[in-house]
Amino acid sequence: MKAARYPWRKFKDRLMQLVMGGCAMLVIAPLGLVFFHLVKSGISAVNWQFFTHLPKPVGEAGGGMANAIIGSLVLLGEAALLGVPVGVLGGVYLSEYGSNRLNFWIRFSADILNGVPSIIWGIVVYALVVIPMKGFSALAGGLVLGLMMIPLIMRTTEEVLILVPNCYREAGTALGISQWRVVVQIVMRTALRGTVTGILLALARMAGETAPLLFTAFGNRFWTHDLTNPIAALPLQIFTYAISPYDDWHRQAWAGALVLLLMVTAVNVGVRVLTRDRMTEDP
Amino acid sequence: MNGTIALPGESKAAAARIGKWRLGDPLFKWLTLAMALVVVALIVIIGFVLFHWSALARHKFGWGFLVSSEWNPVEDRYGALPFIYGTLVSSFLALVIAVPLSLATALFLTELAPRWLRQPLTVLIELLAAVPSVILGLWGIFVMVPWLRMHLFPALRSAFGFLPLFKGPLYGVCMLAGGIIVAIMILPIITSVSREILRSVPNLQREAAYALGATRWEAIRVAVLSHARKGLFGAVILGLGRALGETMAVTMVIGNRPEIALSLFAPGYTMASVIANEFAEATTDVYLHALFEIGLVLLGVTLIVNALARILMNAMAGANVTRRA
Amino acid sequence: MTTATIEKSVPRKRLAINSPAITAPAASRLEALTPSDWALDVRDLSVYFGTNRVLKDVSLQVRNRSVTAIIGPSGCGKSTFLRAMNRMHDLVPEARVTGAVRLFGSSIYGPEADAVAVRRRVGMVFQKSNPFPTLSIVDNVKVGPRLGGVRQRSVLDERAERSLRLAALWDEVKDRLNAPAVSLSGGQQQRLCIARALAVEPEVLLMDEPASALDPIATARIEELILNLKKDLTIVIVTHNLQQAARISDYTAFFYLGELVEYDTTSKIFTGPARQKTEDYVTGRFG
Ligand SMILES: Nc1ncnc2c1ncn2[C@@H]1O[C@H](COP(=O)(O)OP(=O)(O)O)[C@@H](O)[C@H]1O
Ligand SMILES: [Mg+2]
Repeated sequence: MKAARYPWRKFKDRLMQLVMGGCAMLVIAPLGLVFFHLVKSGISAVNWQFFTHLPKPVGEAGGGMANAIIGSLVLLGEAALLGVPVGVLGGVYLSEYGSNRLNFWIRFSADILNGVPSIIWGIVVYALVVIPMKGFSALAGGLVLGLMMIPLIMRTTEEVLILVPNCYREAGTALGISQWRVVVQIVMRTALRGTVTGILLALARMAGETAPLLFTAFGNRFWTHDLTNPIAALPLQIFTYAISPYDDWHRQAWAGALVLLLMVTAVNVGVRVLTRDRMTEDP
Repeated sequence: MNGTIALPGESKAAAARIGKWRLGDPLFKWLTLAMALVVVALIVIIGFVLFHWSALARHKFGWGFLVSSEWNPVEDRYGALPFIYGTLVSSFLALVIAVPLSLATALFLTELAPRWLRQPLTVLIELLAAVPSVILGLWGIFVMVPWLRMHLFPALRSAFGFLPLFKGPLYGVCMLAGGIIVAIMILPIITSVSREILRSVPNLQREAAYALGATRWEAIRVAVLSHARKGLFGAVILGLGRALGETMAVTMVIGNRPEIALSLFAPGYTMASVIANEFAEATTDVYLHALFEIGLVLLGVTLIVNALARILMNAMAGANVTRRA
Repeated sequence: MTTATIEKSVPRKRLAINSPAITAPAASRLEALTPSDWALDVRDLSVYFGTNRVLKDVSLQVRNRSVTAIIGPSGCGKSTFLRAMNRMHDLVPEARVTGAVRLFGSSIYGPEADAVAVRRRVGMVFQKSNPFPTLSIVDNVKVGPRLGGVRQRSVLDERAERSLRLAALWDEVKDRLNAPAVSLSGGQQQRLCIARALAVEPEVLLMDEPASALDPIATARIEELILNLKKDLTIVIVTHNLQQAARISDYTAFFYLGELVEYDTTSKIFTGPARQKTEDYVTGRFG
C-alpha cells in the first residue's frame, strides 16, 4: 500500500521544489528589473559632468550631482564619527561584560530601535536639533544617520566578538594582561575584520536613507562648507528629481540612483568577498 | 614572607603602569556600559520627544484624533484615521504578497535548492535588501506603476471587478501599488530571517523524518515547519514592523490622498508618507503637532509589533542561544 | 568576580588526610623540604562552581625549580586546581575560591593581591595551542611584555629571541618571524605558546595537558623542553599520560573526585604508593 503511493509522493516532492524555486526567482526578480531599468534610463546621464558639476536649473540640460555626492560623504563621515565608537563600544559591553538580564534588555532595546521607522528618527532629530538651531543643517543630518547606526553596529559588533573563541581571552589573561587590554588588543583585534564589515554595511545602508534627511539635512542645490547649513545628499536629490515634473530631472534621478545603487552594491559585494572564508560556511 | 603580591618586581616605571591598569579595567567597563545604555536612552528620548511635541494635537483632539478622518489644514482640524487605515491596508497587502513568497524562498534556500545555488541566491537576496527605498520608489513610479495600470490592474478588474475591492478608475498610483512596493521591500528581510530560523532547526529533526522514509517535502512539513513555527511567525511579524514604517517607496507610489476608499485601485496615504510629505509645510503649530502625533502612533504600533517579533524569535532561539561564560 | 576568602591562620586540621606525604614512610624526600623551597604553598583550597564543590580542601606544596605532575581521571579537578594557581577563576562569574595559595610566601588571593600581577609571575600554557591568530610569530611572543609595559624595542626583541630559544623554536622560525602564527604546525604552535608565556618571565609555569593534542615527536620535543626549563623555573603540569608524568616530573600529585589522594615524589607514586587508590590508578586498574 505504501509502495503504491510512492510515485505520487515523489511527484509532490518534485512539484514543491519547482514551486518554491519559482518563488525564489520571483523574489529576486525585482532586483534584476531595478538594475536593468536603472542602467537603461540612467547610464546616458552618468558622465564626467555628473560627478563634477552642480545641478542645473530646470530647462537647462546637463548638470550633475557633485554636491550631492560630496554631501552624502560628509553626512556619512559625521555619522561614522558618532555611530562607530558608540556602537562598537556598546557591542563590546554586550559581548564581554554585563549580566544576562541587563544584556537581554540592552539587546532588546537595540533590536527594537532597529525597527523604528526612519521617518521618525528624522522628526525626532528635527525637534531636538533643527528647531533649537533654527535651521536645517548638515550637523542634524549627520546626527540622525549616526544615531540610526548605533544599534546596527552594536549588534553586529557583539555578534562578531562572541565568535572569538574564549581561549584567546584566557591566553591573554594568563599573560598577565589586564582585562580591558585583552578585550581591546586581543579580542577586538581578532574580530577586526568582522567589525569593519559590520561598520561598512551599516554605512552602505545609511548611504541610501532618505526619509530621515528630509527634515534634517534638507538638501541644497549648491555647495556648502558650513556644517550648520543645509547640505545636499544623493538620495534626497534623487527623491526631489523623481517627483518633479521635468524629463531632464527624471534622467538625472535615474543617473543618481544608478550611481547610488552601484556604490551600495559594491560595498555589499566587496565585504562579502573579503570575509567569505570566515562568515559563510554552513554550520 | 607573608606579604601579598601587589606588583611584579620589574621596575618602578612598570609598577606605575600597573597602577594604571587597575583604573583601566573599571573605566573601560563603565565606558562600554554607558555606550550600551545609549540604545535604551534613545528609546526613551524618541518616545518623549514625540509625546512632548504632539501635546497641542493631543489636547485639542483627544482620542478622537485616532478615529476622525478629517484632515483639514485650512480649518486646522486633523484626524489620523485615513493614515492609520492606509498604513494597515498597505502593510496587510504587503504581507499577503510577501509572506508566501518569502517563506517558500527560505525553505527553498535551506532545504530544497541544489547546493551550488544556495550561496548565490542568498547573496542576491541580501543585495535586494540593500536597495535603498528611494531607488525602489523611483523604479516604482516610472516602471512598475505604468505597467500595473496597463496590464495587471485591468486584468484584475475584469476578473474580480464584481468585488468592491477591485472597482473604480485606475490611476496607477494606489493602495495596491503601495502594497506591492512594500512587499518588495520586506521580501528580503522576511526571507533572510526565516532562513536563519530554518537553519537553526537541528539536523537531528530532519534525519529523524528521513529515517522514517519521508521525502524531503514531507520532512519539511513534519520536522522543520513544526519545529520552526514560532520563529517563522516572528520573522513575519518583523516584516510587518518594517512594512508599517516604510516611507519613501510607498510615498512615491501610493497616491497620497487622505481618503478611506474600499477599492484597492484608489489612492491612499500612510502615516509615514503624510509625515514625509507635509511636515515641511506644516504651517500652524497644531498641524505640526498633529504630524508628531501621527509619528507617536506609528512609533507605538511599530514598537509593539517589533517587540512581539523579538519575543517570538527569542522563544524559538532560546535553546540555541548559549552565552559564553 | 571571584569572592576569594583568605584564611590567614589556617588551622592545621586534616593534615593527615590531605598530606599523605607526611604520614608516608621516611623514604619520601618531600618532608626534607623547608618552606623556603616552596614556590607554591596551597592550603585548604576549595573551588566551587555555583554550589558545586569541585575541589575539596586541597593542600600541597610545590617545590621551586622542579616539575610537579598532576594526574587523575578526567573531571577530577586537575584543570580547576591549576587555574586556581594564577587566578584564572576570576574570569568565571560563578566560580568561588576559598583557602590560601602562597607564591613564594605571598598570598595570591589576599586583599591587596593583584590578579594581573599574579599572572605575570605565574604563566600558563593551555591544552589546545592558542596563538593569537591576527598576530605574527614574533608579535605573539612580544605581546605579553608589550602590554605589560615594556616599550623599548631592543628589550622586546631581546626577550622575544630569548623566549623563542628557550622554547626551542628559534631555529625553526628565525627566518620568518613576521609570518602569521597560524602558519606554524601544531607542535610549533604549542611551543610558540610556551615562548609567549616565557616572554613575561614568570617564576612558575602552569601547563594543562600541553601535549595531549600533539603527535609523539612533537610531544617528545615538549618534554625535552620542560626538562630544560626546570633549571630556571617551577613547572606544574597536568597530564593524562602516566608515562609522561613518570618521565618528566620530580613530584606527582594524584587527584580523585576533587580531592588530593596522594602527593609524593614521582618514583614513590609510581613504584610504591601509600594508598590503594593511587596504585589502582597508576597500574591502570581504573580511570
Ligand atoms: N566553568 C565551569 N563551570 C562549571 N563547572 C565547571 C567549570 N569548569 C569545570 N567545571 C567542573 O569541574 C569539574 C572538574 O573539571 P576539570 O578541573 O576541568 O577536570 P579535569 O581537568 O581534571 O578533567 C568537572 O566536573 C567540570 O564539570
Ligand atoms: Mg582538564
